[in-house]
Amino acid sequence: MHSFGYRANAFLTFAITILALICAMASLSDNFNSPSPTSQVQVLNINWFQKKPDGDDEVSLTLNISANLQSLFTWNTKQVFVFLAAEYETPKNSLNQVSLWDGIIPSKEHAQFWIHTTNKYRFIDQGSNLRGKNFNLTLHWHVMPKTGKMFADKIVMSGYRLPEAYR
Amino acid sequence: MSKDPIRAGEIVVFNVDGREIPIVHRVIKVHERQDTGEVDVLTKGDNNFGDDRLLYAHGQLWLQRHHIMGRAVGFLPYVGWVTIIMTEKPIIKYILIGALGLLVITSKE
Repeated sequence: MHSFGYRANAFLTFAITILALICAMASLSDNFNSPSPTSQVQVLNINWFQKKPDGDDEVSLTLNISANLQSLFTWNTKQVFVFLAAEYETPKNSLNQVSLWDGIIPSKEHAQFWIHTTNKYRFIDQGSNLRGKNFNLTLHWHVMPKTGKMFADKIVMSGYRLPEAYR
Repeated sequence: MSKDPIRAGEIVVFNVDGREIPIVHRVIKVHERQDTGEVDVLTKGDNNFGDDRLLYAHGQLWLQRHHIMGRAVGFLPYVGWVTIIMTEKPIIKYILIGALGLLVITSKE
C-alpha cells in the first residue's frame, strides 16, 4: 500500500483535483465583476447599395464605431472578442444577423477605441429586402477567460435605416 | 447540445462532409426562417482573414443545424494537448492502455 506507484498515483490525482478547483475558483471570481461598457455607432455613409446578379441585395457602409469596454477586463481575462452585427427581419427570415466588423482586444489598454471603417464583411441579404429596411446595430462582446467560463453580452443600438432606392 | 437557437457570436463545433476533424469556429452570420425556424449559418475563425466557405464542402455556402454538434462555453488551458499527443503519436496511446491493463491485472483487490 505504500509503494512508489500508489503514492505517485495518489499525489497526481490530488494535484489534478486541486488544479481543477483553482480553475473553478478563478472562473467564479469573474462573476463578481459588474461591467459598465458603453458604445456608440454612426453610419457615416452608404457607399453603394445594389442588387447582385444572383438577386440578393448588398450594401456597403462606412461606420464610426466607438466604445469603452475596459470594465470587462478582470485578472482572469485573456482577451475580448468584439463584433458589430446588423440585425433585421424580413418576410422570409424572422432573424438576420450579419457581422459587419470584428476585432480582438488583447488587453484593457486597447479596450477603449474609436474606429472609422467600411464594413469588414459583406452585408448581403438572402433576397432583395433591404430597401428602406430598418435595422439594429448591435455591439456584441465575448470575454475569453484565461481559464473557465466565457461571458457574452451586447448593446443594441436601434434606429438605423437603409435608403429606399439603390445607389 | 442545448436546444437554444444559434446566434451570431457563439462558438460552434461542426463537421464538414469529408473532413474527419471537427472545426471550432465562431458564427458570424445567421439567417433564421420565419416558418420552420431552420437556420443558415456562416462561421469564421477569429484570427482568420476570410470566412469558412473555403473549408465547407464544394458548393456549400451555409451550415445548417444538423452540421453543428455543440457549442463552446468555456476554456480549460492545455487539456487539449492530451488528445493532440494521442493522435499524433499513437504509440503513447498504446503505452497508456498497456500500462493501465497491466495495473488492472497486477492489482491485488
